[in-house]
Amino acid sequence: MSATVGHPTVATPAAGARWHRRRLGDIAFRSASLGFALSVLAITALIAVVLFVASGPARSAFGWRFLWTSTWDPVALHFGALPFIYGTIASTAIALALAVPFGLGAAICLAELLPARVADPLAFLIELLVAVPSVVYGLVGVFVLVPALRSVEVVIQRFLGFVPIFGGPAYGVGLLTAGVLLAVMVVPFIIAMSREVLLAVPQPQRDAALALGATRWEAVRHIILPYARSGILGSVFLALARALGETMAVTMVIGNRPEISASLFAPAYTMAAVLANEFTEATGDVYLAALVEIGLVLFAITMIINAAARLMIARVNMPSPGRA
Amino acid sequence: MTGNYRSRRRVERLMFAATGAATGVTLGVLLLLLGYVAYQGVGALSWHFFTRLPAPVGEAGGGMANAIVGSGKLLLTAAVVGIPVGFLGGVYLVEYGRGTLAFAIRYAADVLNGVPSIVIGIVAYALLVRPLGHFSTLAGGVALGLMMIPVALRATEEFLRLVPDTLREAALALGAPRWITIVRVVIPAAMRGIITGLLLSLARVAGETAPLLFTALNNRFWSPGWSEPTASLPVMIFTYAIAPYEDWHRQAWAAGLVLLALVLGANVLARIVMRSGSMRMA
Amino acid sequence: MLARTFSRVRPRASAPATDAAVKIAVRELTVHYGSTLALDDIALDVPAHRVTALIGPSGCGKSTFLRCLNRMNDHLPGARVGGQVTIDGDPVYDPAVDPVALRKRVGMVFQKSNPFPKSIFDNVAFGPRIHGERDPVRLREIVERTLHQAALWDEVRDRLDRSALELSGGQQQRLCIARALAVGPEVLLMDEPASALDPIATAKIEELIHELKAAYTIVIVTHNMQQAARVSDLTAYFYLGRLIEVGPTERLFTNPDRPETEDYITGRFG
Repeated sequence: MSATVGHPTVATPAAGARWHRRRLGDIAFRSASLGFALSVLAITALIAVVLFVASGPARSAFGWRFLWTSTWDPVALHFGALPFIYGTIASTAIALALAVPFGLGAAICLAELLPARVADPLAFLIELLVAVPSVVYGLVGVFVLVPALRSVEVVIQRFLGFVPIFGGPAYGVGLLTAGVLLAVMVVPFIIAMSREVLLAVPQPQRDAALALGATRWEAVRHIILPYARSGILGSVFLALARALGETMAVTMVIGNRPEISASLFAPAYTMAAVLANEFTEATGDVYLAALVEIGLVLFAITMIINAAARLMIARVNMPSPGRA
Repeated sequence: MTGNYRSRRRVERLMFAATGAATGVTLGVLLLLLGYVAYQGVGALSWHFFTRLPAPVGEAGGGMANAIVGSGKLLLTAAVVGIPVGFLGGVYLVEYGRGTLAFAIRYAADVLNGVPSIVIGIVAYALLVRPLGHFSTLAGGVALGLMMIPVALRATEEFLRLVPDTLREAALALGAPRWITIVRVVIPAAMRGIITGLLLSLARVAGETAPLLFTALNNRFWSPGWSEPTASLPVMIFTYAIAPYEDWHRQAWAAGLVLLALVLGANVLARIVMRSGSMRMA
Repeated sequence: MLARTFSRVRPRASAPATDAAVKIAVRELTVHYGSTLALDDIALDVPAHRVTALIGPSGCGKSTFLRCLNRMNDHLPGARVGGQVTIDGDPVYDPAVDPVALRKRVGMVFQKSNPFPKSIFDNVAFGPRIHGERDPVRLREIVERTLHQAALWDEVRDRLDRSALELSGGQQQRLCIARALAVGPEVLLMDEPASALDPIATAKIEELIHELKAAYTIVIVTHNMQQAARVSDLTAYFYLGRLIEVGPTERLFTNPDRPETEDYITGRFG
């Protein structure tokens, strides 16, 4: 239905034809834009379908066991995704454990404690950092972080090497390195999003707290943070989803070994990383399908987490939930 | 209630210091990181880098001319795929969209936005590489284009919504049909924001590596046309960084610097344009 | 004509303003927001245990003036305050003065009620808790007493643990008054407290103000002249950042000294 306002009373054939042409224009334009809009829906559905269909051979061969089997043997054609699921979860957990305190702390500082004159340029800088490509982080990871952490790990092992999580040879590449690099990558995102959530807390709430004699920190702790809680949680979930899908930086520093180990220093493998490394080498249908199935699992997990995140953020009245 | 102001102020100072430290450490680490890329990259940049093809494996003195051109072609393809869908989709959502269909489309765009880039690569492989039997620039470009769609759509939506309804009503009241109103009044009013949004979406996919790994693959030579594998800056960085050759490492830093400069430059440009525009758009 | 304006209003028994002690003394108060001059050299004595009304057209500086009294302007970037404000002789704008301590003596109620998304009890108890009160018995006593003072107790006594957001607009504003009273201030600042409320709720608030002035010094900003006439003992007329005239309410409304005041009151503009 278009709101065409035509010429009111003129009823000549020429005017009628003009009106028809305009109707045609409206219909054509609306149809075209509708078509493109629908294609978004189609594309997303297509992705899910392609992943599901292409992973068929693996799904029928292994069923649900795929998710908790830990052998990954391309020669014997035994495929289990557990090492990658473990590596993904563990590296992401380390990343969030580091990134959330720093990120939230910095967001509070930038949103509530620093004057706008200082905070705004810093926030601008942080938003720029969100745009740094993954492979550049990987570059720094390989040549700077890995050697640095290797030294640190060696030192730690000298004193605490008997503790399981510090065990094994310290190569420098491994779960911890990947976690630290992921943390560095994800922290600007957490800062940017959390800061927006904090700024969206209505000023009257702050005014009320301050007028009652609260210090700025007390206002943050007792009024602003609780108010923004679901939005901040949503930001963390979005960061989580981002970290789960990170491929390049992780694969450059995690060691790429499909084994589950108790040690933080041990090489590991994530779902995204194994796809990056082995997809082009995959021989045979089952091998390829197993990899696609890993892609399917990754797709499903990130979809669920993103949906949960958006629900949480929608509960804080933000103008535009989520940012590209 | 006695005067406990001293201790409360102490707590406030402490927390201010703690959060300030978090800010300082975070910014410091990140800036050091960028600085290091610049430091390493500048040393390795040269005229050869921009004009020569990669040298045979193990030999020094090659460049990344084909990667730069390759990235350009990939981005062009991505734009052709991503911009129309994102832009017109956004137009539909704002100007015509209503009810469950609009909600579904928006939700689909959100899902698409959250799909890990490597998974997009898998899908592009399944649709454009496997059936055609070879890796290609087209497949890589399409993969990147798919990633652009949600970003372009959201930017279009955001800026079209900023155009006040009174503008639309004025045009309609003058007798303009709906589509003329949109094309010649609403969209031009939002154009500045939309263009910067599209620019940002390009910048975002320019740095993507994962979706190219099994679509456009890599190429040590020129790749004319669209049906051959092509080199690209991000993939070259990855390949060179994990290889054992010192000369390749240096080139990886140079490429990293170039990529970083392009992506950050586009972002800064976009934000500057947005700030200067909003003064006049009110 | 002025007498007609004033008689349209229900006159309240207003206490004489002139024989009261001075609670807040303001001298040479000047406020800049960036390069804009918001208040120009204001001198005013606010009497204790009376209601002082600040009237004037939008943007005349009355809210800015109010916010100077509890240093809420400190939190506006680019605000510069010059001059002196003293409460019972104690300076307000001294570097040694902690605004947090000041706000225990001077409470504020805002134009639109802003209860926290907490329970009714926790809203009122927030202030005392922040200032160090931990004893649940004393907290309970404070909450009950101030809810009584705000004429809200009977309506909420059975649902103190329910969310404050469930209350009506008028009830929320009375809750905000109780919350402000809970920290035990001497002065209560009210920035157009009834402008967002319907006439019945407004009447309740005005009734409340009349009762509260026995225990507190009240300064109220209002754009409603009839309200000022009903509620206050002393009225100050602001225009474009300057204090044009101040005097006992009845005299200001029936026989103002300055022609500008007369123009505003008779509605020639604003």
